Amino acid sequence: MKITLMNESTKSRNPFEARSCRNTRLLMVWTFAWVLTVALSTFGPRFLWDYNTGLSALAILLNIGIGIGMIWANKVFLRDSDEMQRKIQLDSMAVALGVTLVGGIAYSTMDQVNLISGDAEIGFLIMLMAISYIIALLVGRKRYL
Amino acid sequence: MKNRLKVLRAERDWTQADLAAALEVSRQTINAIEKGKFDPSLPLAFKAARLFGLSIEEIFEYGEGE
Repeated sequence: MKITLMNESTKSRNPFEARSCRNTRLLMVWTFAWVLTVALSTFGPRFLWDYNTGLSALAILLNIGIGIGMIWANKVFLRDSDEMQRKIQLDSMAVALGVTLVGGIAYSTMDQVNLISGDAEIGFLIMLMAISYIIALLVGRKRYL
Repeated sequence: MKNRLKVLRAERDWTQADLAAALEVSRQTINAIEKGKFDPSLPLAFKAARLFGLSIEEIFEYGEGE
């Protein structure tokens, strides 16, 4: 267990917070890149390369590769968070996972028994997951901060 | 769980940011611990105890019914 002894040079310089900022920026960059590759693999075939199979496959591979990078960045972000931040994140992810599972099954069932017009779209689930995660994160932060 | 972190910090004229830097956590975590909103893990409690040169029991007090 490492303890930083306090003196004038170490006062208020928090390496933890510097690392935390760097990891947050890293996660943001990977997430933004991933969203861009989702857009590329979704709209590219239609607007950029006229459904060329090779280019479409390449775009999807790029999307998966960047997605793996985003997962790694999220792991680094969580690993380097302090225990309270990790607890807030864990609670938020538990809520998001639960809401998405329950909402997703209910949504799928509604589609199967024709309670909704049109087909069930995965985009709604992603939105549900993101919204429930953000709400849970805000509630968690309010509880502890 | 009650604790004396705020008092011990004030005695040494440290800010929450100073203590957070020494314990390698965020300032928000120190704030939450001081207010009793978040209970630190055993390793973090040991780290705080060593930093102040006290035992864990001299800093943290486990209240009945918690």
